[in-house]
Amino acid sequence: METKNVMIVGVGGQGSLLASKLLGRLLVDEGYDVKVSEVHGMSQRGGSVVTYVRFGDKVYSPVIEDGEADFIISFEKLEAARYVDKLKKGGTVIVNTQQIDPMPVIIGAADYPEDVLEQMEQKGVHVDAIDALSLAVEAGSSKACNIVLMGRLAKYFEMDKDKWEAAIRNSVKPQFIEMNIKAFELGYKN
Amino acid sequence: MKELLIGNAAVARGLYDAGCAVISSYPGTPSTEITECFAKFEDAYCEWAPNEKVATETAFGASLRGKRSACCMKHVGLNVAADPLFTMSYTGVNGGMVICVADDPGMHSSQNEQDSRHYAIASKIPMLEPSNSQESYDFARLAFEISEQFDTPVLLKMCTRVAHSQSIVETREKATDTEKPYEKNPQKYIMAPANAIRRHPFVEDRTKALADYAETSELNRVEKGSKDFGIITSSTSYQYVKEIFGDDVSVLKLGMVNPLPTKLIRDFAKELKTVYVVEELDPIIETHCRNIGVDVIGKEKFSITGEFSQKTIAKAFGLDDKYSVKLEENIPVRPPMMCAGCPHRGMFYVLSKNKITVLGDIGCYTLGSAAPLNALDMTLCMGASVSGIHGFNVAGGEETEKNTVCVIGDSTFMHSGVTGLINIAYNQSNSTVIILDNSITGMTGHQQNPTTGYSIKGDPAGKVSLEKLCESIGINSVRVVDPYNLEECERVVKEEIAKDEPSVIISRRPCVLLKYVKPKKPLKVNPEKCRSCKRCMKFGCPAISFRDKHAVVDPTLCIGCGVCAQLCPFDAFESEEQ
Repeated sequence: METKNVMIVGVGGQGSLLASKLLGRLLVDEGYDVKVSEVHGMSQRGGSVVTYVRFGDKVYSPVIEDGEADFIISFEKLEAARYVDKLKKGGTVIVNTQQIDPMPVIIGAADYPEDVLEQMEQKGVHVDAIDALSLAVEAGSSKACNIVLMGRLAKYFEMDKDKWEAAIRNSVKPQFIEMNIKAFELGYKN
Repeated sequence: MKELLIGNAAVARGLYDAGCAVISSYPGTPSTEITECFAKFEDAYCEWAPNEKVATETAFGASLRGKRSACCMKHVGLNVAADPLFTMSYTGVNGGMVICVADDPGMHSSQNEQDSRHYAIASKIPMLEPSNSQESYDFARLAFEISEQFDTPVLLKMCTRVAHSQSIVETREKATDTEKPYEKNPQKYIMAPANAIRRHPFVEDRTKALADYAETSELNRVEKGSKDFGIITSSTSYQYVKEIFGDDVSVLKLGMVNPLPTKLIRDFAKELKTVYVVEELDPIIETHCRNIGVDVIGKEKFSITGEFSQKTIAKAFGLDDKYSVKLEENIPVRPPMMCAGCPHRGMFYVLSKNKITVLGDIGCYTLGSAAPLNALDMTLCMGASVSGIHGFNVAGGEETEKNTVCVIGDSTFMHSGVTGLINIAYNQSNSTVIILDNSITGMTGHQQNPTTGYSIKGDPAGKVSLEKLCESIGINSVRVVDPYNLEECERVVKEEIAKDEPSVIISRRPCVLLKYVKPKKPLKVNPEKCRSCKRCMKFGCPAISFRDKHAVVDPTLCIGCGVCAQLCPFDAFESEEQ
């Protein structure tokens, strides 16, 4: 199997590391060779963060480069636009419609481009926009955005839904399992 | 058992399974997780030391006693540990000793892009360089074997991509009976000139023996391909080369980067029309190839700066033609910044407002240099703010003394700020040192340090009092302020810089990300009161933004610190807190 590439991007503190942990575990259990690359440290302080997940028969590079991503899962609108050049032709951007102003916007040095999703669509990108924050709140916590987005990704994967749910059970603390399963379902359905 | 592990976790596991009994480290991205993961093994000793020199000497002491030991640090940490490093090369070891050092090509979280391989060459210590998590595990184990077989510490070199990438690792049974007895051996361990002069030839002979080992070791391997050119590579660059060429091209994959093999490289090159060297940062392998008469193409094709990827390598070979979406929109950057409620922000606001020259240091508070606070004038290395302000004031005299401070975090002060303060106390410059005490090592992800009162395992530990330490050094004026109280901060800063003696201000408030710090209810902006003066925007709090001509507070980010309320001339920020 040719290597598949999933990028998870967002703003430091949004919980993208749990999403990549979940996905990584699931793919290892499926018997794939897997590489997950993340950058720690400075970028966690509210900066732009990116995690690469690659899987297939044999994976070499831990990073995803321009035109290689099958999926970009973005926790925030602007971040989807920032990394859209990594998308493969025919790839899909799954994006949480949340807007988080970066510092240049906060201090008035730049404007937040409101129509980035439309701009991407005009370039022929398949954009699957979802209000993951509201769905996460519906599931019980705004922190479950990551699992809502994983639920959305699961729709595109030819993999039994039960396996995703089992991976969730193995990745989160017992008291948060039910809430996260609900978040996953909401992402999957809506 | 197969597990998906980051390189650093794999190193920790490899060290442990090799029987490593003592680890002493100072945190530093991208090396921190090695020690954090090792701390989870209950039957091995693990600690945070105040700095890398102390950590390395502690590990050396454990090795001297006969236990397998290790220390871990980032690339710039090895500068701090360089003093013991060079002479440990002469003494060699008793129990095996591994020094893990993590480089940061691309500077994801560092102040420079130095290449640690130079240290291996300069100190004549062997260096292994894994390219994925399995090798991180295997090489960590093998490093102890090499250490004891050749009587030398061994450097295990990581880089950001190997350290922080997860790949599948298969672990093996833990080694047993690795401890050695301690026997007094002055000729080997007392490095006074008479002994050291006899140890130097030993080091040279050892390097020759290690070079022979490099010729046949499984660490270095040839993968034959069909093309008429070949590539010599190591570390993560190997993965990028394989990503592009698969099994088509011949590859000499080097797992041991010091000393480098000679015959192996010559034999590899002999059958090929062209040989490329693909290595991040400096041309170490390339220079060696040229020195042994092997003509290679290296840095003229592959950059000496920054991180590689499959794209950069493909581009150098003229192969990069991938489809890529480009938006016309200029996407605003999203730099890292101090968190909402960060205690550093209040102090930086005061310093910025009063146009004070601020010599900075290494930590989260380096972010005080960013807009809108733009509060810093200098950042060099760990501790340099304190030594630097002394030199600045000695050179500038009264003109600078009355308008300059330096800022340094609690952990960085313990690391190497205290020696600079001793110099200030001894040579009596009128310098004002602000210790930003957030009660944790913040930037690297919350590690305990000597001022927090807890060990790496979270157990109660000794606690250094910053006040008592500064006073005992001879600083007569030591004041403590709360950075959430802007009026107090401003008053005390002005008073202390006006004094004709050295002084220390401890700006104390725990990091808001600490679990025991309970956030207050978020503030709200009363739109009736907000007059759109944007004064609060000069504070740079990520929880405050400007929408529909008024400031608004993001309730998911605000922790209710209330500093913005002190800034607002119209009392528009309202708190629900009782």
